[in-house]
Amino acid sequence: MAKFSITCDEATTICDKSQYGEATFLEKIKLNVHFLLCKICGLYSKQNAKMTKIYKMKVTDCKKEHHCLSKEEKEQLKKELQELEA
Amino acid sequence: MAENPTRHTLNPNTWIDLYADYLFNYAVVRVNNNDMAKDLVQETFFAGLKSAKNFEGKATERTWLVAILKRKIIDYYRKINSKKGKAEVRMNFYEDSENDGSWIEERVPQTWGNDADKLIETTELKSAIDQCIDNLPEKYALVFRMKTIQEFETEEICKELNITASNLWVIIHRARTQLRKCMEDNWFHS
Repeated sequence: MAKFSITCDEATTICDKSQYGEATFLEKIKLNVHFLLCKICGLYSKQNAKMTKIYKMKVTDCKKEHHCLSKEEKEQLKKELQELEA
Repeated sequence: MAENPTRHTLNPNTWIDLYADYLFNYAVVRVNNNDMAKDLVQETFFAGLKSAKNFEGKATERTWLVAILKRKIIDYYRKINSKKGKAEVRMNFYEDSENDGSWIEERVPQTWGNDADKLIETTELKSAIDQCIDNLPEKYALVFRMKTIQEFETEEICKELNITASNLWVIIHRARTQLRKCMEDNWFHS
């Protein structure tokens, strides 16, 4: 059992990593062993999944946006570029 | 004798109309700051003009300009990387030998109100999240956004920021525990 024993700091790090699907199999075992002993990290994990949902909402938003420069900004850029060329 | 047709040429007069938006969009998702992205695009055009004589015509104009912009972005990352301790990181876990790695009492997660289950897509919720992200140290906010919002591969972030994967996960972990606490205090408190 001792070799599966991790601190809350380590457990929550794995928990965060697993939110991106990048925790290893061994890490997941360690995490689940830790959950048996620690309710606080169990709660963290549940809330963490909720936070991930909120972040995903932001991702959808972010993808919809297409950033452009305004006409004025482009004119300004052109002017500056021409000055440099001269 | 006509020029080799596969050779690309540079036409700085058309750069802004053709590439300004593309480069700006490229920069803005990477630095998450409109003004900074604008500056980087401007610097890219200036640098392009200055080194136009070194252009060999092997790549297209756009690829060549993107390569310049990419270097500018990495320089920018380096700059914020070296700005250490600008905003202090709140620790969530003990770092002394006795309690090493355990939750600090006042940072222990609290049960959230029932409303927490109603994940309504409100604008207030989004601005609360944005505020919490802005409160993070700049480097944490950057790594967190790249990984979580822009969905970059771990490897790509490590390469661009010159950090190791375990560095990255420590940063993500600190950012996420801090964001959780921030949202608990400002949004989910029952």
